[in-house]
Amino acid sequence: MADLDYLASSGPRRAWIRFTRSVKSLPGRVGGWIGGLPRRLGGMFRSLLGAVISVGLIFIRGDWATRLSFGIMGFGCLRRGRIGRGLIYLFTQIAFWYFFFTFGVGWLALMPTLGKVAQGEVWNEEKGIFEYARGDNSMLVLLYGIVTLIIILLYVCIYFSSIRVCYDAECRARRAERIPTLGDEIAALRDRDFHKTLLFLPVLAVVIFTVLPLIFMISLSFTNYDRFHMPPGNLFTWVGWENFRAIFGLGGNALLGNTFRSILSWTLVWAFFATVTNYALGMILAIFINHRGIRFKKFFRTVFVTTIAIPQFVSLMFMRNLLADNGLVNVFLTQMGWVDAPIRFLTDGNIARITVILVNMWVGIPYSMLITTGILLNIPADLYEASRIDGAGPVKQFTTITLPYVLFVTTPYLITQFVGNINNFNVIWLLTGGGPMTGEYYQGGRTDLLVTWLYRITTGEQNYKLASVIGIITFAVCAAFSLIVYSRSGSAKEGKFL
Amino acid sequence: MRLRKNLTRILIYALLTALAVIWLIPIFFLIVHSFRAEPGAAIRYLFPKTYTWNNYVRLFTDTELFNFPRWYLNTLVVSVASCFLSTLYVLMISYAFSRLRFRGRNAMMRAGLILNMFPGFMAMIAVYFILKAVGLTQSLLALVLVYSGSAALTYYVAKGFFDTIPLALDEAATIDGASKSTIFWRITLPLSKPIVVYTVLMSFMAPWMDFIFASVIMKDNYENYTVALGLFQMITRENIYDYFTVFCAGAVVVAIPIALLFLFMQKYYVEGVTGGAVKG
Repeated sequence: MADLDYLASSGPRRAWIRFTRSVKSLPGRVGGWIGGLPRRLGGMFRSLLGAVISVGLIFIRGDWATRLSFGIMGFGCLRRGRIGRGLIYLFTQIAFWYFFFTFGVGWLALMPTLGKVAQGEVWNEEKGIFEYARGDNSMLVLLYGIVTLIIILLYVCIYFSSIRVCYDAECRARRAERIPTLGDEIAALRDRDFHKTLLFLPVLAVVIFTVLPLIFMISLSFTNYDRFHMPPGNLFTWVGWENFRAIFGLGGNALLGNTFRSILSWTLVWAFFATVTNYALGMILAIFINHRGIRFKKFFRTVFVTTIAIPQFVSLMFMRNLLADNGLVNVFLTQMGWVDAPIRFLTDGNIARITVILVNMWVGIPYSMLITTGILLNIPADLYEASRIDGAGPVKQFTTITLPYVLFVTTPYLITQFVGNINNFNVIWLLTGGGPMTGEYYQGGRTDLLVTWLYRITTGEQNYKLASVIGIITFAVCAAFSLIVYSRSGSAKEGKFL
Repeated sequence: MRLRKNLTRILIYALLTALAVIWLIPIFFLIVHSFRAEPGAAIRYLFPKTYTWNNYVRLFTDTELFNFPRWYLNTLVVSVASCFLSTLYVLMISYAFSRLRFRGRNAMMRAGLILNMFPGFMAMIAVYFILKAVGLTQSLLALVLVYSGSAALTYYVAKGFFDTIPLALDEAATIDGASKSTIFWRITLPLSKPIVVYTVLMSFMAPWMDFIFASVIMKDNYENYTVALGLFQMITRENIYDYFTVFCAGAVVVAIPIALLFLFMQKYYVEGVTGGAVKG
């Protein structure tokens, strides 16, 4: 369609055109992202290579002190009078090698097999008795192995940067420039290097509590860690892609594949409806409350906000009781004579699916109401003024001013909501627990999302290998959706978001 | 014309009132049944036959099986500590991303977004193993570390807010000789009250609301339970008959401070969300 046609069409029609366009270009965008991967990986590789080469050049160009820094970290700094920094490097080197030989190397050696000796009784030839022997613990091997790898990586980075710093000190000495002291560098942490100060703690926390666990869990998905291979009594080991094949139904367990497909599709359906209902109805509610001539705005807003303020687990667990087969809602309905038998809100598969979406509206609409309210108040009033003079009615104003404005501002919010709903553990788990359980699923229930299924499989059956595969797939789904939206929105192009 | 306008207005009032009633019904019944004298979860009538304060009294005195006062205190301690840490982390990292330019900034921001998309407790299970390896499981400290640990990943709301503060202020201060650290503490933070309050509010409320992380870490260490875990214990199949009304009372006691806090801070919540994330 030509641009002129687009400009000539009406508001809703324009929105529809934009929507179809973006859907049509979906495969292209995903393809483009995947196609760009080799280029990006190549770029990463090149910059790595560049770093190695530049350090190599330093070895050629530098004097003997700098060259000696390749063997003794920080020697060049010590030689040029950067005592503080030189000592720190030296200490880092000693500490690293001490750590490596006393701790790291042992765990690394076990990494390829994840342990060879299972715990158990070992026949002692000399004494003629069975002795209790502590075997390898695959879980600890994996964990400490990963920790060792991360520390090695960190050490290599520090090593490379130490050589650069030594060479820099040499160059400054040659040019007879002032060489910064440790005091200067500490002072710089408040100004030029302030980002290092700010980032240190948060990044450390993220590495320990998110990155390390994630690497660990991702590794688990390539092992056979389940209740039959439970350390310390038993060992588990690497199995390659077997778990991924199993969950797609290729591993001989067709039930598992079917369950996965059903739960995945319900997760997507749920996320779609949960997001759209909350968003649309929350917006309508906000528009009504902020409608000109409606009084008690604050009162109505407060009523709805009260429900946000009540902890979700409280309201959800109470709702579960209200909606139970013999709960108050059914008592009320039968007393009024509206139903003969109690409605099985939470125990009938299909009804339960509708119930969770409805209850989720109760939970979520106040949030989107609150947010839309904030945006509505931000729309410049003169826009409405001008449009009224031009003869636009309320409906016209809504479709041409309010809706585009709100949609534009809330697109990132929408996608975070969608991703949040894919991972919406609370509403499902506290309300139905994923149930009603069904024999057609492998350890699953009708309202199970991928995340609740994952939780049940880990806590109940302790099937960690399967759980981590489900986690990875959930991530892939979320990432795909976010990628599409972020790569489209204008803010992405300015490098603000992704 | 006048008539039509009044008609729409009446319709909107009717609709809003109906919705308000629907939204308040569960809360209303929660409060009513926290005063019910008869035990049991499934009863055949809507309103209690006799009313009593006894459930609230039991909540705080009957600590043999369910030590609610202790759990309340636990949750308070955890939420204050983790609130302090997370607020610090979030403000530090989002200021760095918003205002400072350094190598690897974009890569780090992207990494943060990607990490945030993994389901939270997929990492949780591994976090449990890590805590176990260092001997920290089932302790309140572990909870604090875990709640604040991933806080930095939610930098984008605060970053969006910092982006809206005019750069000219920073430049003027730099010309006057202020260091970046001075600018952060003396200029940006005082201007960022809405986002600071928003961050504090969100991270303070998290421990009161969270159920799964606490249950994975605490397992069966009742002493260190938070209120969410404790209340959940009251409505398990064995206890629900005796303790359902006590559960309601407990829920009310938990909800009141949070609700008050939220109602007073509502303004900042809206400013935080709309001023930050959604402007992209």
